[in-house]
Amino acid sequence: MMKRFAQALGASLAAMLISGSALAAEAGHPEIARQPWAFSGFTGQFDKAQLQRGFQVYKEVCSNCHGLDRLSFRNLVQPGGPEFPEPAVKQLAAEWPHQITDGPNVEGKMFERPPLLSDPIRGPYHNDNEARAAQNGALPPDLSLIAKARGVERNPSWWIHPFLMLGDILKSYQEGGADYVYALLTDFSDPPAGFQLVEGKYYNKAFPGHQIAMPPPLADGAVTYQDGTPPTLDNYSRDVVAFLSWAADPSLDQRKRIGWQVILYLIVTTGLLYLGKKRIWSTLKH
Amino acid sequence: MSGHTSSYVPTSRWGKWWDERLPVARLMHGSFVDFPTPRNLNYLWTFGGILSFCLVAQIVTGVILAMHYQPSAAEAFNSIESIRRDVNYGWMIRNFHSVGASMFFLAVYIHMFRGFYYGSYKAPREVLWILGVVILLVMMATAFMGYTLPWGQMSFWGVTVITNLFSALDTIYNGLGTAIVEWLWGGYSVSGVTLNRFYSLHYLLPFVLTGVVVLHIWALHTAGQNNPTGLDIREPSDSVPMHPYATSKDAVGLFAFLILFAWFVFFVPDYLGHPDNYVVANPLVTPPHIVPEWYFLPFYAILRAFTSSFLGIPLGQYAKLCGVVAMFSAVLITAFSPWLDTSRVRSAKYRPIFKWFFWFFAFTCVALGYLGSKPAEGVYVTWAQIFTVCYFLYFLVVMPIVGLLETPKKLPRSITEAVLGRNGAALPSGATAAPQAR
Repeated sequence: MMKRFAQALGASLAAMLISGSALAAEAGHPEIARQPWAFSGFTGQFDKAQLQRGFQVYKEVCSNCHGLDRLSFRNLVQPGGPEFPEPAVKQLAAEWPHQITDGPNVEGKMFERPPLLSDPIRGPYHNDNEARAAQNGALPPDLSLIAKARGVERNPSWWIHPFLMLGDILKSYQEGGADYVYALLTDFSDPPAGFQLVEGKYYNKAFPGHQIAMPPPLADGAVTYQDGTPPTLDNYSRDVVAFLSWAADPSLDQRKRIGWQVILYLIVTTGLLYLGKKRIWSTLKH
Repeated sequence: MSGHTSSYVPTSRWGKWWDERLPVARLMHGSFVDFPTPRNLNYLWTFGGILSFCLVAQIVTGVILAMHYQPSAAEAFNSIESIRRDVNYGWMIRNFHSVGASMFFLAVYIHMFRGFYYGSYKAPREVLWILGVVILLVMMATAFMGYTLPWGQMSFWGVTVITNLFSALDTIYNGLGTAIVEWLWGGYSVSGVTLNRFYSLHYLLPFVLTGVVVLHIWALHTAGQNNPTGLDIREPSDSVPMHPYATSKDAVGLFAFLILFAWFVFFVPDYLGHPDNYVVANPLVTPPHIVPEWYFLPFYAILRAFTSSFLGIPLGQYAKLCGVVAMFSAVLITAFSPWLDTSRVRSAKYRPIFKWFFWFFAFTCVALGYLGSKPAEGVYVTWAQIFTVCYFLYFLVVMPIVGLLETPKKLPRSITEAVLGRNGAALPSGATAAPQAR
């Protein structure tokens, strides 16, 4: 009797485990591959040339619809970023196609003026409603934080989950957002047979639901690089994602540099404190 | 601040003058310098000091953040971004505070599991333990309100879900729950008004917490510290003065803990957060999965384990109420541990059966945490229900019954004997030379 009960219990537990992992796979988002980034891991730093190319892609392509409101032109000059020379950024700001609304002036009227170094990098729209009206109801999100506001969900089996988490912490994997945006930019395709695509939408494998209002923004040759980097969709995507990662986390370089100093200090101090503690306790059995 | 009498002797006229008027130095000396600590404390006993550090660090970084933060629905998110981008080292202070909350909970959970394992809740430490549970509750309230302040999507929807729990009271008395929820919100939905009051309370509660921590330490220094054997300090050789013995060990523990802390602050600051909280709060868009911070996940799993039925028992309209009651009970029940546990032996080291149940209980809590991070559907719900039952069984059945049935291992006569063995009276050669070797 007892044995049969144990068997039944075992069988039902096994069934639940199996169905659990099946459920996890079903609910899973499309698999997003991890990309090698210059800035990934605990030693990674931004590649200045890549950030400059990425900004070029943003300027020539993305900025036609998307703003970068949390960044000012002055940020493009500061250390740890693309580090463009200041006069070039002043010029860039003065020629930026999207003006700043300022005012009221002495006559009490609002007016438009070209941005200064201290002004945010605006997209073409003054507000969300204007954007939606121009974009067939869809809202192109501001890109300042996009690399942090997106992530990659993984649904491994429960028993492997803790080890993957530990691995990610030790490797300090923080690039889920970058991986996702890269996949989004490169995974446009024709819908598979039988997929009902809504009029005016595009099929994208990485996007949840696979229907995105954004047309494929990049294609080979769309931007002309000055430094000889091959003008491919893959390079554009990597460069612009690196740039957006910097935009979302402009202190990354400094953070990791200080981080190593702090960690080394703590390891040495812990070691010294341990030796001191050993000395203090040496005459006492405990 | 303790039953122990301070051996403080003022050495200067200045010290003597103060000692006759306000003997703070005497109090500190008695509490943190010559206070007798068991000689056999392991590194799990360094978490008290680590937690004190966490509390002070959270208050200091929090006060600095408050200088730059704007508690309004329109500006909260922007001001956090301006702290990250424009304030000097603002990113570091902000990471320190948000990671600090997680580290605080990590340390508090280790501290609690140590208490469970070594029976630190048993007489005469019941009040000490209950004050600890009060600290946990205040911490939870503080952390919950703190998480709303960035005013991201997860902040907003987290508050919406959790404050809405009180509406479950409607099933007891129609309109009661709704009235409480609207009172908490200060309106008919979560809004800037809610953010404002949560900010006020988030600033207040840490100081309440500090007060309870002082009581916690007072109670600790009255009853004395527990130790891995669970035995009381009986003879002078059982204990050593807190300084330099316990303090030197605390320092090692704290700095080792800080390595982990710094790793998160500098290399994976967002790992413990959620990407959705980098999207500004939007009442019109619900995130696909609303999950709380990791330290609430086990309780969240218990809450959601009560669907329309619980392990086949239909709950009907009372499902939500049951979940809410179970979730709060899960915290409150720990306060009754001193009376639920019937064993007279404190330390699980000498309790061969209880020890296994303890480890299963630890596994239960981790499993509930995992289930709390998963969507409440299908097999996850069933498992959450099973582990919820396991959680409560530990307190309501294992603690009372194992204590009665189990034959504990033979206890050493004293801490000294546990450390030095049967012939403990014979000191090792050379030990007599040191003043503290007793």
